[in-house]
Amino acid sequence: MSVFLAQLLNGLQYGLLLFLIASGLTLIFGVLRVINLAHGSLFMMGAYAAFLVVRTSGSLWLALPAAILIGVGLGLLLERFLFRHFYNREHLDQVLLTFALILLFEEFRSLLVGNDFHSVPIPDALNFSVPITAGFSYAAYRFVVIGVCLCLAAVLFFWIERTKTGAVIRAAAEKPEMVEILGIDASRVHLTVFAVGTALAMAAGALAAPLTSVYPNMGDGLLIISFVVVVIGGLGSISGAFWSALLIGLVDTLGKAYGPAFASRGGMGAVIAAAAAMSVYILMVGVLLFRPTGLFGGRS
Amino acid sequence: MTDAHRMMPQSWRSWIALAAGTAMLAALPFFATPYYVGLLTTAMIGAMLALAVHLLVGATGLVSLGHGAFYGLAAYVVYLISPEGAALPIWQTLPAAMVVAGLAALLIGSLALRTRGFFFLMVTLAFGQMIFFVFHDTKLGGGTDGAYLVKPLIAAFGFELNPASLPRVRRAWPVYYVALVQLVAIYLVLAFLFRSMLGRVLEGIKINESRMRALGFNTYRYKLAAFTVAGMFAGAAGHMWSLHTGFVNPELVSWQKSAEALLIILLGGIGSLSGAVVGAFAFYGLAEVAQLVTERKLLVEGAVIFLVVIMFREGLTGIRFPRRHRKVPVPDAPSETRVHG
Repeated sequence: MSVFLAQLLNGLQYGLLLFLIASGLTLIFGVLRVINLAHGSLFMMGAYAAFLVVRTSGSLWLALPAAILIGVGLGLLLERFLFRHFYNREHLDQVLLTFALILLFEEFRSLLVGNDFHSVPIPDALNFSVPITAGFSYAAYRFVVIGVCLCLAAVLFFWIERTKTGAVIRAAAEKPEMVEILGIDASRVHLTVFAVGTALAMAAGALAAPLTSVYPNMGDGLLIISFVVVVIGGLGSISGAFWSALLIGLVDTLGKAYGPAFASRGGMGAVIAAAAAMSVYILMVGVLLFRPTGLFGGRS
Repeated sequence: MTDAHRMMPQSWRSWIALAAGTAMLAALPFFATPYYVGLLTTAMIGAMLALAVHLLVGATGLVSLGHGAFYGLAAYVVYLISPEGAALPIWQTLPAAMVVAGLAALLIGSLALRTRGFFFLMVTLAFGQMIFFVFHDTKLGGGTDGAYLVKPLIAAFGFELNPASLPRVRRAWPVYYVALVQLVAIYLVLAFLFRSMLGRVLEGIKINESRMRALGFNTYRYKLAAFTVAGMFAGAAGHMWSLHTGFVNPELVSWQKSAEALLIILLGGIGSLSGAVVGAFAFYGLAEVAQLVTERKLLVEGAVIFLVVIMFREGLTGIRFPRRHRKVPVPDAPSETRVHG
């Protein structure tokens, strides 16, 4: 039972991290109409930024703000000098260009810190376990990650749903031409959205760094999963991304935790084990075939 | 209006170009060290995969991120059907690999083609990832480490060629020529396909799908046919890879393989069949040069993609020198407008 509880909490924490990545992705696709395969690399850069901050200053508390600041700066630069010119290009161009970005980011990372695995220490103040039931306790840092993610999600949700800027962004996702007609500077909206998306992905990387340690290509797997989250949640929908990220986080964690146990039970067990390994993708295909706009998306 | 496939064998001039290219490739092993014969084989396999994907991307306008999976799947089929230590002849393994890859493409395509645009990209990616995780997470094909396989025998009609019986410097030759024959065969099949009814309809779908539907074409069926044939040819390329290296690992099934094929097509020029072949040689040549000159292979690769996407939108075969202006034929010449029922 306590193992199951731990897996549930792991799934929740993983899902919330996924939300930080996928919310940026869904905003960028919803408003800017651009497929950004390099979004996973931004997560990787966030993790390495955290690693570098911890190595130089010794404090993990600085890592998150630093990653967010770098993310905003990087996002502004990328949008202004690169992505802006690719909104009207074909999907193929966007796919290849952002694929090239992945390669360049990885090389940049390799030049800067090399190709080794690095662990990022959890600060002493958080390096303990919280007892939940008798005989079961859960790492405090993971609770911190869950808390920070929830805070960021709340801020993001408030910003998108309750402020004027948020209303403009939602309008730009829904009817871009209306936003132009109303005399709103669309390029500033694009700049803002891209910077926020980048900052969220890098924040996720910084939060995850102590949990997973940092290594080359660490964003690759998360990129694809984040796309699954975006598709299931509905393009451009923040609340959709939130619920589908939690769903995917739980399904993936539980599938990977309990699936392999079936593998040794012969014929049918092997099928179940394989299905558990790819449960997330089965879910996505199912959703796309029956609700092409996503579980939570309203418009087509 | 795109003038697609301008380099396909339509005129005697392009037939000569094709014959010259084939003859040059056929002669190359006599002048290259075994290492470069192996590298050229790799490039030809890349060209086969790129040709397969070109049928979707270049001819039909469908961007698929799932065809790397059919490539890898076919390589794994060879691993799975070759019993321990007993090699099967190529005339058994090749059809088996192509049929399995084709069936997988038929099944996946029938579902994926219900979506379009961004969603099509995502569904093909998801299906590709499913196949990836089957080989990555289960023990079916050696798991994450991959597995060695018994290379298929190069044998047909009772005639058998064992590379080990050749002198050391020529051991890579049989596989090289098998790859060359398959590459030329796929090229010719696609060239004829593009000139057939199917090819014309696919081009129509690329330019304006709703108009094709309005004309009475069941575009879903045509796209599914293209998707399946592309899967089979990707399978042929994957089979060739298993014959070339004798090793399979999940990397062959990854989505990066599909991205690589797209990149090759764009590098060579998306408007023509020959672009996929030229692109493959350019891609592997470039990777090799980059590796010789610098340790930063990915940096060069990334920079080249940037350059191609931003500046040379038509790829290498699309580079035209300003002096050589050829008269562009009128796209809607009366002789071309046939009415299909």
